Amino acid sequence: MALKTEPFAVNIGPAHPSTHGVFRMRATLDGEVIVDLEPVFGYLHRGVEKLAEERTYTGFIPLTDRLDYLSSMANNLGYCLAVEKLAGITVPERAMYLRVILAELQRIASHLIAVGAFLNDAGAFMTPILYMIREREKILDLLEMVSGQRLTYNFMRIGGLSQDVPEEFLPALKKFVDEMPRWIEEYEQLLKENEILIARAKGVGILTKETAINIGASGPVLRASGVKWDIRKADPYSGYDRFEFDIPTGETGDSYDRYRVRVEEMRQSVRIIKQAMEQLPAGPVRAQVPHLIRPPAGETYTHIEVPKGELGFYLVSDNSIAPYRLHIRAPSLINLTALREMVLGWKIADAILIFGSIDICMGEVDR
Amino acid sequence: MLNAVSFQALPPDWPGGFWWHWLVFTIIILAFVVGMVMAFIYTERRAMARMQARLGPNRTGPFGVLQPVADAIKVLLKEDIIPNKADKLVYWLAPAVAFTPALMIFAVIPFQNGALLADLNIGILYVAAVSSVTAVGIFMAGWSSSNKYSLLGAMRDVAVVVSYEVPLVLSIASVVLIAGSLSLNQIVVSQTIPFILLQPLGFIIFFLAGSAEINRSPFDLLEADSEIVAGFHTEYSGMKFAMFYLVEYAEALALSCIITTLFLGGWRGPFLPPWLWFVIKVMAVFFLMVWVRTTLPRVRIDQLMALAWKVLFPLALLNLLFTAIQVLAIPMAMSWLMIVINFALAVILITLWARLFKVGWGRVEV
Repeated sequence: MALKTEPFAVNIGPAHPSTHGVFRMRATLDGEVIVDLEPVFGYLHRGVEKLAEERTYTGFIPLTDRLDYLSSMANNLGYCLAVEKLAGITVPERAMYLRVILAELQRIASHLIAVGAFLNDAGAFMTPILYMIREREKILDLLEMVSGQRLTYNFMRIGGLSQDVPEEFLPALKKFVDEMPRWIEEYEQLLKENEILIARAKGVGILTKETAINIGASGPVLRASGVKWDIRKADPYSGYDRFEFDIPTGETGDSYDRYRVRVEEMRQSVRIIKQAMEQLPAGPVRAQVPHLIRPPAGETYTHIEVPKGELGFYLVSDNSIAPYRLHIRAPSLINLTALREMVLGWKIADAILIFGSIDICMGEVDR
Repeated sequence: MLNAVSFQALPPDWPGGFWWHWLVFTIIILAFVVGMVMAFIYTERRAMARMQARLGPNRTGPFGVLQPVADAIKVLLKEDIIPNKADKLVYWLAPAVAFTPALMIFAVIPFQNGALLADLNIGILYVAAVSSVTAVGIFMAGWSSSNKYSLLGAMRDVAVVVSYEVPLVLSIASVVLIAGSLSLNQIVVSQTIPFILLQPLGFIIFFLAGSAEINRSPFDLLEADSEIVAGFHTEYSGMKFAMFYLVEYAEALALSCIITTLFLGGWRGPFLPPWLWFVIKVMAVFFLMVWVRTTLPRVRIDQLMALAWKVLFPLALLNLLFTAIQVLAIPMAMSWLMIVINFALAVILITLWARLFKVGWGRVEV
């Protein structure tokens, strides 16, 4: 007698150890194989875009911290650039360089968590993520030194920075930059040629070049698929055109490539910070801007390369003290749309791994 | 009558005979298991913390040694939750069914020469038989919880245990061939050279298959926390959860004891008392397991099956074949020759299979 089998639905999340927040995957399983998957999000919706309309331009900066809370500095930068572009404010040189340094520090910190969490999803019992958190602590110490905060910095202002960095910051940064490549080597020794990691991640969750472009993926997810697209190079902002760095790309677009691209980007970030430190000019860190900014009526779309991809702010001004409309193009959300494409046909363990390799932050997905 | 058949190595100077022996060793085994499990939990947490660049539990008692006790008390005081849709009787029985066989294994483990509850002349067969019963308890737990994660975990466990039993028993068989006995005590007595030197490949196969069988990382699929939350014991709380926790470590202890007995010369060793040697070797094996756990990511279920059937099974068969030839061809006095041959064989076979064993499959068209 042949036994009847039927697929069954499993809710992975919203409260699940590896959904990186409150995310739900409604997976239909045939045994262990995923035959259908429906991402469900919105559990963390706070109406950030609407809140922007009730606040002054400056007053919205703290809320950008809470979009992707693993890269607050980068979000601050993106928003401030958008408002500056709309209001026609020029930022002093020193502030531009410091912004680059802080954003790149933030990129390293975010990638450390991304890689660590990816390995945790692969089932490495906490070791890689704890090693990486050890280094992230040092970055958080540096950022705390300048801003007084460890997670939500609220440090950048329209027209520059909230204040100049303290004098002990640059020596501490130099020490960190000198040490960081060695730590990256340490992770590489532990992970790069780890037989189980290769077996688990290589060829798993392939996102083809065409699909990646079609869905509008960005950041490491896009670059791992072999597209050399980095807004820091393609549409330079905040003086990125003055630095030398490479854009690491993958070949096949599998989970392993996404992991490799992130590790390489950490190296490039260290390179950028080194150059920015050498070229750092003296001077003010904040342009003279009025307390209440009233940008002329108009609209702008400003995008920057945050650790997770292209973060865009679409701002519409009606010459009042608050934005008429703000839309945030969240890289996590758009990269997440590739999830179903990637996991179909793989096993439940792979789904978790692939999801981890996209590196999303629910604070940004749901806004 | 029992004495005549099964309890050959009953120490002649033991006062009172069979029943005293039975009582004393039952108490010894219980104390040994509970004590060692606590030591294991402490070792694992501290060693793992060190390897992960953190401190680990260090507040309860000196160096945190009382942490397992504190954990036990905490878990006892927790509310015992039974899901509404659970199959109550099975749910209630599962921890006991899982725990009893894990404890029964220790009946045949020799702590020193002749110091064991029952020196069965089929000791190693008994171990192989009893150790797989735990899977029944785990499947009962997974099935009765009426939780999909639990069911997935339980299914994985059954698949793993059924597959890995084969290479496990085959690698035991080659040890038995050299020792010429199934009794664990006799196997230790015959180890003038620790069998790990005569059977390096057998040791590796046994260690891997054993780790998979007791679900130690990187084969801890049935409770893969990042995938299926806690696997078969997702719904368990309180004392029932503690039982499963105990099973996990009792199994790790049993595996360490068996590896020590089969491959590391059991209680044999110079200077120190035999039981201390035994404990030291058991701890060393467990430390190796902790080390592996902190280092490696988890494999996937199909890769786990492939490892069992495509790698470990043929290697174990070949190992058995070559061992049989060597036992026939090489006289006992020439055992150093066996060491050389077997190490060469291990290196050649593993390299060969590493080339044959390709990764990267696993997608199913849907």
